[in-house]
Amino acid sequence: MPEIHIAHPQFQPEPSVTAEQRQAASAAQEPSEVRRFLLSRGNSALADRSFQILMTLCALSIFGIVALIAIELIGNSRLAWHSFGLQFFFKAYIDPYTGLPTYWDPVNGHFSALPFVYGTLLSSLMALMLAVPLALGVAVFLTEMCPNFLRGPLAFLTELLAAIPSIIYGLWAIFVLVPLLREHVNPWLIKIFGWSGLFSDDNPTGLGFVSASVILAIMILPIISSLTREVMIAVPHSQREAVLALGATRWEMIRMGVLRNARIGIVGAIILGLGRALGETMAVTMVIGNSPEIHRSLLANGSSMAAVIANEFAEATNDLHRSALIEIGLALFIVTIIVNALARLLVWAVTRGAPARVN
Amino acid sequence: MGVGIEVANLNAWYGSNHTLQDISLNIPANHATALIGPSGCGKSTFVRCLNRMHETNPIARVTGTVRMGGIDIYEDVKPVEIRRRVGMVFQRPNPFPTMSIYDNVAAGLKLNGYTNRKSLDEIVEKSLKNSALWDEVKDDLKKKSGASLSGGQQQRLCIARALAVDPEVLLMDEPASALDPVSTSKIEDLIFQLKTQYTIVIVTHNMQQAARVAEMTGFFLNGRMVEFDSTQKIFTNPSDKRTEDYITGRFG
Repeated sequence: MPEIHIAHPQFQPEPSVTAEQRQAASAAQEPSEVRRFLLSRGNSALADRSFQILMTLCALSIFGIVALIAIELIGNSRLAWHSFGLQFFFKAYIDPYTGLPTYWDPVNGHFSALPFVYGTLLSSLMALMLAVPLALGVAVFLTEMCPNFLRGPLAFLTELLAAIPSIIYGLWAIFVLVPLLREHVNPWLIKIFGWSGLFSDDNPTGLGFVSASVILAIMILPIISSLTREVMIAVPHSQREAVLALGATRWEMIRMGVLRNARIGIVGAIILGLGRALGETMAVTMVIGNSPEIHRSLLANGSSMAAVIANEFAEATNDLHRSALIEIGLALFIVTIIVNALARLLVWAVTRGAPARVN
Repeated sequence: MGVGIEVANLNAWYGSNHTLQDISLNIPANHATALIGPSGCGKSTFVRCLNRMHETNPIARVTGTVRMGGIDIYEDVKPVEIRRRVGMVFQRPNPFPTMSIYDNVAAGLKLNGYTNRKSLDEIVEKSLKNSALWDEVKDDLKKKSGASLSGGQQQRLCIARALAVDPEVLLMDEPASALDPVSTSKIEDLIFQLKTQYTIVIVTHNMQQAARVAEMTGFFLNGRMVEFDSTQKIFTNPSDKRTEDYITGRFG
């Protein structure tokens, strides 16, 4: 054996046990009780294999479900697809009696998804305009300013908003929100912004896009604020310190050190909120007014893609009507899947630390 | 030009943990002062008290006085004002990843509303030259993000960012401990040059580093300052037995 030279006397190994002693000791030893028990067990290969297959099947069933939904929607909307083509989403018919454009007239076989696409987009975007500032404010307050004793309860309450069933929101909207808007907000909107034509006073019900957007905004608030909070928390503390050390006030620190670093994730949170708003059905159906029309006024009645399916599917009188509804469903399905995938990707980019990869 | 710092009876707490006990010392202007001591001895807390970063933690508390160029930083000014005059470089490089190199350096000025584009360009160039990074980044100042640089370059970028606001004091909290030996020696050269223009306080784990860059050295132990003297004296003939034990490697 080559001699190992160790300079420091403290590190000299002590040759307390010789190789012969070691060998003798291990030869004399009987296998212990535990050792014999463990040796007697099989290699469990079969159980392991079946477990693996079972879990893989569970995971694959997700793909299966999505694929089945897609196949069903595509198959059943074929009739409408073949009858109208892409025109389905743009066309306006002219009513022979009034001379006005009409879009959706199942009795006369006129089907155009335009007012529903318009309604879905308009109500969702208005909801975003209302919900985003509020949600950002909530998230900034919760992560940066909230006293500790309030943080837990407030975060919990925000999340709880997401757990309330959609139908409850709808009922609340009908009994509380709509009367409130009708009596106190809409007259004010008409008075101040009436000149723009966006708020006309020809709908006395209080139902319509404004009501639908407000209730949607409340419903998407928790998802946007909790995801924004998540991406803000993911911004490393060292970024906040870097800004503070330059002499920033708290607001400047939040703007430069937090929001700027979290912005991609915040965009993701907003898009995810959009995804929720696009697909939301029940509460919107209850307050949007359900008339397949396109008006300039935001106070007018309208309809949305989800609302028309919910309202008419059970009463669809003929195959073309049913097929047209399913095609609207297919379009909604594709759009929400794309929007959600995009949003998740953006949020993931921040929380997994892609741009804020320092520290 | 730098200013001197007079610290008297400084005490600091994290919650109920009394991390700094009765620290008094005078840090000379336009010199480098090193603070050494084992982990958890309070030296980082001490520098964080010098720009009032310590109190950004809600459970932290400070008493005592710190006078900087005649101003009591805990009585006469708001934390924001003092942090504009005192630059800080942290242990791990923390450039702003969403900003270009240029914007990283200009961040402190832009934050405070300084918008003169021409002199901004000059200040960025001067700061990067002062931090010995200019030659490596001058071609992609606005193209590359602050996070695209190597660790050592990032730390020099952070130094440039601190220098751009023309501070009177530069605090460095183990600025080289996350860096490789080559980057470390660049940072040390830098400190050596900068200490003629700025008052530098550097916390370090590395005693050779303290000996190389600093004129004055303070030894901290368990929240107290054991000894504060010229670096020469501390490393050759310390007055306190504990200092001697520490620098000869008997503990810590």
